[in-house]
Amino acid sequence: MTTTTAEPLTRKDFASPTAIRWCPGCGDYSILSTMQGILPTLGIPKENFVFVSGIGCSSRFPYYMNTYGFHTIHGRAPAVSTGVKLTNPNLQVWVITGDGDALSIGGNHFIHALRRNMDLKIILFNNRIYGLTKGQYSPTSGVGTVSPSTPYGSVDLPLSPISMALGAEAGFVARTSDNDVKHMGEVFAAAAAYKGAALVEVLQNCVIFADKIHDPYYSRTTRNDSLLYLKHGEPLRYGKELEKGLTLDKMTIKTKVNPAESETIVHDEKEASGALAFYLSRLSHPEFPVPVGVFRNVERPSYYNAMRGQIDAAAAKNPPSLDKLFNSGSTWTVE
Amino acid sequence: MSTDVHNIPIFPNEKSHIDVDSVTIRFAGDSGDGMQITGTQFTDASAIFGNDLATMPDFPAEIRAPAGTVAGVSAYQIHFSSQDIKTPGDDLNVLVAMNAAALKANIIDLEEGGILLVDEAGFGEKDIEKAEMKSNPLEDGSLDGYRVIKANITELTINAVKETGLKGKSAELCKNFFTLGMMYWLYDRPLNHTLKWLDEKYGAKTKYKDKPEIAESNKRALTAGYNFADTVELFTSHYRVKKAALPKGKYRKISGNEATVFGLLTASQKSGRPLFYGSYPITPASDILHGLSKHKNFGVITFQAEDEIAAIASAIGSAYAGGLGVTATSGPGICLKLEAMGLGVMTELPLIIVDVQRGGPSTGLPTKTEQSDLLMVMFGRSGDSPLPVLAAKSPSDCFNMAVEAARIALKYMTPVVLLSDGYIANGSEPWLIPDHAAIPEMKTNLAATGESFQAYARDPITSARKWAIPGTPGLEHRIGGLEKARNTGAVAYDPENHQGMTNERHAKIAGIANDIPLAEIAGHKDGDALVVSWGGTFGTVSTAIEECNKAGLKLGHVHLNYLNPFPKNLGEILASFERIIVPELNMGQLRMLLGGTFGIQIQGINQVRGKPFKVSYLASELHRILETQK
Repeated sequence: MTTTTAEPLTRKDFASPTAIRWCPGCGDYSILSTMQGILPTLGIPKENFVFVSGIGCSSRFPYYMNTYGFHTIHGRAPAVSTGVKLTNPNLQVWVITGDGDALSIGGNHFIHALRRNMDLKIILFNNRIYGLTKGQYSPTSGVGTVSPSTPYGSVDLPLSPISMALGAEAGFVARTSDNDVKHMGEVFAAAAAYKGAALVEVLQNCVIFADKIHDPYYSRTTRNDSLLYLKHGEPLRYGKELEKGLTLDKMTIKTKVNPAESETIVHDEKEASGALAFYLSRLSHPEFPVPVGVFRNVERPSYYNAMRGQIDAAAAKNPPSLDKLFNSGSTWTVE
Repeated sequence: MSTDVHNIPIFPNEKSHIDVDSVTIRFAGDSGDGMQITGTQFTDASAIFGNDLATMPDFPAEIRAPAGTVAGVSAYQIHFSSQDIKTPGDDLNVLVAMNAAALKANIIDLEEGGILLVDEAGFGEKDIEKAEMKSNPLEDGSLDGYRVIKANITELTINAVKETGLKGKSAELCKNFFTLGMMYWLYDRPLNHTLKWLDEKYGAKTKYKDKPEIAESNKRALTAGYNFADTVELFTSHYRVKKAALPKGKYRKISGNEATVFGLLTASQKSGRPLFYGSYPITPASDILHGLSKHKNFGVITFQAEDEIAAIASAIGSAYAGGLGVTATSGPGICLKLEAMGLGVMTELPLIIVDVQRGGPSTGLPTKTEQSDLLMVMFGRSGDSPLPVLAAKSPSDCFNMAVEAARIALKYMTPVVLLSDGYIANGSEPWLIPDHAAIPEMKTNLAATGESFQAYARDPITSARKWAIPGTPGLEHRIGGLEKARNTGAVAYDPENHQGMTNERHAKIAGIANDIPLAEIAGHKDGDALVVSWGGTFGTVSTAIEECNKAGLKLGHVHLNYLNPFPKNLGEILASFERIIVPELNMGQLRMLLGGTFGIQIQGINQVRGKPFKVSYLASELHRILETQK
């Protein structure tokens, strides 16, 4: 994809005239702003961006981007996007979804888009609550979440979107947060550069129904001790002075203050099996820091290329002809 | 009269030929006996010979139901004729039963005095037990009303193929070709088509090249069966069904699902839009997926989705991106797609949804036919959500209606439902190959850079909105499932706008009535009653009406290929008849639709037995209804 637009694109080119209807203070604003800032840097003509969403607060996102956009139905955005991308591979297709949309009603499509390595950039806004339907617990809500549908506290066990994506064989899996736009921008850019299905979980705050849900690990005061910034090839260290690290004791990950360099695990986003990424995805607060950044970034065969290869080979061998098609098989003539 | 090998009159010379107009044969055996292949081969040979024909496969939902049981019986019926025929036949002239269960399940359809060919090897004590029969029908006299031809086909087959080295079970598997050989002799069909087919399927250029004995033994079995019938004088004469006087031209045999595949490929070529087929396997629609997957040379993208919802969602995505988006399924799959069909209606994207109907509700009768999804596809969505509904009337008509569905979808920017059913999807008939160049190009509503564009501004004639596909510079816009503001397509909740947009969506679909053929009355235009049918019952209903009219009734017949909108003269036609009768394979869905639309009283003939109507049943019902006072 090369730029054909004469003037370089700017953030303003991606701002749509539609009035934004998210609640004041919603974490979605910074995600929108970050996206509008990143797209002009990708060297892709504006008309080749498509934003596809499902249902939920996050899924209003396409209306606020001045690009092609499709606000579909609950949970189905990865499936709709698959049709978009396979029909026109020149498009860069972003899927905007939430924890309920992607992991609950749309769980099946989420898994299979990743499994097939469809070239989609899936941004999952995880606020651990259903916002648009007014506050019910979600598949990522902790046990005991009190909500309109769980007045005595939820009893469902939550799941990790990162673990789920890795289990679905995703080649690019990352996490970032709505309160760190620099980090978010870097992660979005890395997802955009990845050739294949990319999943980015954004820790996002819902000011109305789950306010400060991520604060125990990502607020300005807590993050030093509880976020672990993943950097490929660098030791897994965190803390204000990076004084803490992760070590491996037999098969168990442990946190240790001032670990020796030799015992600190070094992050490897290219690790082929995905085992390290999966292990990291299991780390949860408060026993462990919450990893953010790129968990996994490995090449996988492209569905589109394989499909197109078959089509092109078939067409080269047997150019399309309705005449030939109609007259294939056994025919006979009535005089 | 019972005939067996030891008790046959010997004719010294060549056996006589008896000319007959039409014959209906059913091959029935265990699921593993190859009855579908046998039936298909007989059909091909008859088609190439020049008969008119119609077929009806009938197989169990299970891949291998317990061998030897009635549940595991697989059958293939063919009606071939020197006349113009439209149905696979009512009563059988010939039943081939490879075992006791096949006989038990099918004997009811064999005409009195009809030919019953049985493989004696399938009537052992165990076979009788598995078929849950009290005694051996070959011995207990229960078959005295038929011309029973007994032969130990299994043993004869094993002997015929032993020189190829094939033994035991593998040798036995060739018995369907031995049987086919016998039937070829009986109906004077040449063997060469099937011999060639066996070479193409199992010969030196196939994956079976290291097992030449497979092709060889089946060929031997076929020839041996033919010679056996000729020499041992099982039959006193052959029958000859002369060529049919079909319209001149080149023909091929086609099934409904094949015709749908051809129609969709044609639509893609004629519209210049890439065909995207999103599908989840389901009986009896899967052959459309299989068929399109074979034709990747047309650039068709076949996507086997993770579920029915993803199948239609991906097709909608393709339509959004400029593809000819298609999905096909059967009833239970439609249930899952309904919400997405509503999205298609709201976003006004061209989309084709093929429903190959089967018996319901729920999983129902997966391999059996029915017409009971009409009201679901008409109304089974949230809100007022109109879309065009078309129905094919015969296997080959699936081609015409698939092309027509695409034409309407692209011209009017709307999802279109095409109803087929298990009977026409799997059934086959001769197809007069059309001149592809005579099929018109299809108009699309593509928007181009530089033109003034509003996502929901409508064409003054068709009311279609413009199709601005991603990748087109300057036309960036957003669509979705929320209500749209008129013209701009922005999200809008205000009451006046919702009423206006609902009216616009309704008017757009209703207006298609100006662009479809008028309904035509066959039979008596001023008859005592009008019979209105739709979809796959065309052949049986029209044949029954012809018979009734010959017998003195005065019936008119309108067959509907368009269920929404109806042809615009339909109301006038209905009003011109005293009585309206609607036969359909459901409990009265078109009857309700016509009654509700036109406020008329209608009598129904309704059947849900997983099978098409029998002509004789319809004819007797029509007589009964006409003989009772209104």
